[in-house]
Amino acid sequence: MSTIAAIGAATLAMLAAIGRITIFAGQTASHVLRPPFYFKEFAQQLLQIGYFSLPVVGLTTIFTGGALALQIYAGGARFNAEAVVPQIVAIGMVRELGPVLVGLMIAARVTSSIAAEIATMKVTEQLDALVTLSTHPMKYLTVPRVLAALIVVPLLTGVGDIIGILGGFLVATKTLGFNEAAYLQNTADFLQLSDILSSLAKGAVFGVIAALMGCYYGMNSGRGAQGVGAATKASVQAAAILILAANFILTGVFFSA
Amino acid sequence: MIRLTDVKKSFGSNHVLRGINLHVPKGESMVVIGGSGTGKSILIKSVLGLVTPDAGTIEVDGKDATKGDRDAFLARFGMLFQGGALFDSLPVWQNVSFRLMRGALKRPKEEAREIAIEKLRRVGLKPDVADRLPAELSGGMQKRVGLARAIAADPEIIFFDEPTTGLDPIMSGVINDLIREIVTEMGATTMTITHDMSSVRTIADKVAMLHDGVIQWTGPVGEMDSADDPYLNQFVRGSAEGPIESVR
Repeated sequence: MSTIAAIGAATLAMLAAIGRITIFAGQTASHVLRPPFYFKEFAQQLLQIGYFSLPVVGLTTIFTGGALALQIYAGGARFNAEAVVPQIVAIGMVRELGPVLVGLMIAARVTSSIAAEIATMKVTEQLDALVTLSTHPMKYLTVPRVLAALIVVPLLTGVGDIIGILGGFLVATKTLGFNEAAYLQNTADFLQLSDILSSLAKGAVFGVIAALMGCYYGMNSGRGAQGVGAATKASVQAAAILILAANFILTGVFFSA
Repeated sequence: MIRLTDVKKSFGSNHVLRGINLHVPKGESMVVIGGSGTGKSILIKSVLGLVTPDAGTIEVDGKDATKGDRDAFLARFGMLFQGGALFDSLPVWQNVSFRLMRGALKRPKEEAREIAIEKLRRVGLKPDVADRLPAELSGGMQKRVGLARAIAADPEIIFFDEPTTGLDPIMSGVINDLIREIVTEMGATTMTITHDMSSVRTIADKVAMLHDGVIQWTGPVGEMDSADDPYLNQFVRGSAEGPIESVR
């Protein structure tokens, strides 16, 4: 009986958390549409989330693209299909690995940073100070971060896709003997516009999830250093799980049938 | 000016405020004293709407504090937080002029900076502090910056939450004197939360003693030492013996 009660309690807690996050997302959406707008904070977040994430996105995707080329070449050799490396690298990076890896890297780098920053602001009464200075924390902190992520994470995903394909290209042409011009031609011929658009759309959704989770857990953190640490950890866990779940759903929506 | 009537607030089974009745007339400096964890900060946060009371009414100038234009209501207040609550990412002058750079009180950037530097000078800080980040300042300087921010928009009502906590006795005296001077020259209505008796004697016109969720005693600061309230006497003497339980 106690096992059933524990499962029930965990289920209720999970549903309550989903409800709170949904309400938080709804509140964020309503604040996006109503002034005042903090353009300076928005511009700062474009830099923080977008520009400063370029190195980690570039390194992650170039190594993954290279490894993917090696794997496809080795696997394809089992049934004389080594020649499909350009096509599979392109489709694998653009449809799946690019957006997912960028989303997870953003969750690791940006979600954690947002959650820790806002949680520290809460613990040190800076959120209360914002309110007493007639500034709504959702408008000043959440809206600029979520909007910036909505805009720059798809761009980062596009950059990640290109760098990932470049990683595969370098490995294939420098170590596996592929012709450079033929590799690029195969890549360009095989990719469709819908592949690229689905990749960017996934990036937008993952960006919103990453920023929203950072803000939600930051604003709802517990007290003290332990509260900040717990909020940061929970935000990254939630963002990563939601990104992977959203990826599954979006893949179904874009590519089933 | 500020009237709290039967204000109650609980957090789960912890009944922090059990029915607060308190009146702060216009232009008066009210200091609320009481032990740690007695709900002093919750009291002023309730007035500002940072905490929603479970019961009771809070009126400012006879109007319900929970109703009406929230921005206009908050624009009447300045607040010095216990830890300063300065925004880490902004330089000192932008912290001080935060309210003057956005919203209804927005001024041109240069004017906001000039006002910030003037307010910093008023609390004894030199203009070169203006471009530093809060993390580069000592605790006493951060308190002064917080004080400058609290008075930047010339508010009618100022709240001070533990203004001398964490400061050495000399810096505490400096902050107390500054608060008294500024409050007198601005003619503001103030509520100060503290358990520092030197702050009480410097800042207060009136004193209210909060214990066990209610105001145990209230009266002019001059009557504090001669009052026959056992709770107040024990607190003022700093004695472990008396009706207030002390954990040793």
